[in-house]
Amino acid sequence: MADQTSQSASAESDKGYWAANVRIIVISLIIWALVSFGFGILLRPVLSGISVGGTDLGFWFAQQGSIIVFLALIFFYAWRMNKLDKEYGVEE
Amino acid sequence: MDQYTLNLLVVGATFALYIGIAIWARAGSTSEFYAASRGVHPVTNGMATAADWMSAASFISMAGLLAFGGYGASSFLMGWTGGYVLLALLLAPYLRKFGKFTVPEFIGDRFYSPTARMVAVICLIVASVTYVIGQMTGVGVAFSRFLEVEVSTGLFIGAAVVFMYAVLGGMKGITYTQVAQYVVLITAYTIPAIFISLQLTGNPIPGLGLFGDHTASGQPLLERLDQVVQDLGFAAYTVQDGTPSAVINMTLFTFSLMIGTAGLPHVIIRFFTVPRVADARWSAGWALVFIALLYLTAPAVGAMARLNIMDTLWPNGVQGEAMAIEEAPDWMETWATTGLLGWEDKNGDGRIQYYNDANADMQAVAAERGWQGNELTNFNRDILVLANPEIAQLPGWVIALVAAGGLAAALSTAAGLLLAISSAISHDLIKGQLNPGISEKGELLAARISMAVAIGVATYLGLNPPGFAAQTVALAFGLAAASIFPALMMGIFSTRINNKGAVAGMLAGLVFTLVYIFLHKGWFFIPDTNSFPDTISGSLLGIQSTAIGSVGALINFAVAYFVSNATEDTPQEIKDLVESVRIPRGAGAAVDH
Repeated sequence: MADQTSQSASAESDKGYWAANVRIIVISLIIWALVSFGFGILLRPVLSGISVGGTDLGFWFAQQGSIIVFLALIFFYAWRMNKLDKEYGVEE
Repeated sequence: MDQYTLNLLVVGATFALYIGIAIWARAGSTSEFYAASRGVHPVTNGMATAADWMSAASFISMAGLLAFGGYGASSFLMGWTGGYVLLALLLAPYLRKFGKFTVPEFIGDRFYSPTARMVAVICLIVASVTYVIGQMTGVGVAFSRFLEVEVSTGLFIGAAVVFMYAVLGGMKGITYTQVAQYVVLITAYTIPAIFISLQLTGNPIPGLGLFGDHTASGQPLLERLDQVVQDLGFAAYTVQDGTPSAVINMTLFTFSLMIGTAGLPHVIIRFFTVPRVADARWSAGWALVFIALLYLTAPAVGAMARLNIMDTLWPNGVQGEAMAIEEAPDWMETWATTGLLGWEDKNGDGRIQYYNDANADMQAVAAERGWQGNELTNFNRDILVLANPEIAQLPGWVIALVAAGGLAAALSTAAGLLLAISSAISHDLIKGQLNPGISEKGELLAARISMAVAIGVATYLGLNPPGFAAQTVALAFGLAAASIFPALMMGIFSTRINNKGAVAGMLAGLVFTLVYIFLHKGWFFIPDTNSFPDTISGSLLGIQSTAIGSVGALINFAVAYFVSNATEDTPQEIKDLVESVRIPRGAGAAVDH
């Protein structure tokens, strides 16, 4: 009986862990799409007024900025998830 | 010491290093052969992944694409790096937790279907073989230029080196060799870039120099470049083609490259080599750090090389006289002998007028100034990186280093692809399908034999590249994007997708992408059998064949969803498998599977 309770409690907690994981993924992917497809391509005309080094911000995002943001995103994700693993006690 | 001896010394020393590492890191078990015993540190793995990923195309061709494509070529930068975000968030940790050796193995187990596993094996082999042909051709070309041997001899030397370290060491040998190759290739790439950035802008960091001021004119570098190319009738370097179809194609092409990157099996299997799920997450970050060192530098190399070439050909500015042929620098003479660079003095004035003769405004200028067409008739974009140290007049050892770097880039990617191919054959085909009872020793032998055969086939195809070799990158990315990535992602993020849905989805994505590419590039790439021209305006749906992988992927998702919902539910044990893949706890146990 006690075993079953702890088992279902752990299944509950695993669900919470996964939901939190998916939330972090969705937020990260929105930023990922915004800096590359957004600022780098589709919204470039909107950013054309902001000049950077002889061109505009959209060009900077397409050739430098998006890569830098990708890097920050992956490290943020790794750090946040490794913390989440500990909070939910699912780390190795 | 002459340049030839210097090249020989530097390239020979790097090869001795790779083979020394292979002997030190011999693989003794299948776990060592397929996954380096899962004992690789995340930073080391990141470096190996970077070398694995950055091919001859990244090292040699990308800067040239940027130099002549300007803003439009940004797709390659965002696509080939953005895929790592998808890998890190959507695939790597879960596949590491799953704890098996190959990508088809995950697809076969998750979708409880040997058919799904075989479809994945076919996609993997087609994508990897088409990709490896390009690498082997690159090895031959680099050798013939720098060691002054026949292309075929160069190819044999390269194949022999890969054979020694890949067959002997498997994943373990390849990992540590790739670390050495990464160091060689990034040094070779950044040193000339730093010098050139210093020469043009006074800033030692190329990525900052690109957005800095051009020392000679005092203008921002990119503004100066835009002005020079526009004065000669070319499109401005930084301008965006704002027509809706061009914007849509650029978006879809970037997306295809991203999901293709995340779906290429030789990259994914690198994440099987780290000890823990947490390490798989860090490792993807480190991989992108090491990749970004090159990808943040490449735009500067492209733009600065373009400006350097303009200044070489128009030493007195575009309003003055063009460069006299007898004053052509040595690097132009050297590359002219390889046939990759060529000019023709059409108006017989002893100078080379380089301009865009298709531009109507320029035709008026040309008539006035006595030009009779663009005289720089041939400029192969691939020579840009290789010739860069010479264009910037850097010392001989830098030129030798760039030769070694180009070879390191091609060899490391070839080795990674060959490992993905051989493990699919020995593990998925032989052990998974034909002879499940095979012993560990037998499987290891089979893995080594399939590796040797794969190298033989790759060498043969490198010597006799099928006419379509240049076009196959679109195919490799399209297939990975349309078949492998969606199957992996749905396998992790949905418990509802069942065997029928997955197989139907993969086949739909695969067939759609393949047919669309064939319709535009010719059936099986046979010239003149295409039904539609491969341009935006001539395309079916207005989407170019290089960008179609993203549509194929969406079709895969949609078909898998509808077929799964129309058929029976996934069995409970598969749901449990998916739940367990999502939770890192217990991945250590998989190490000794």
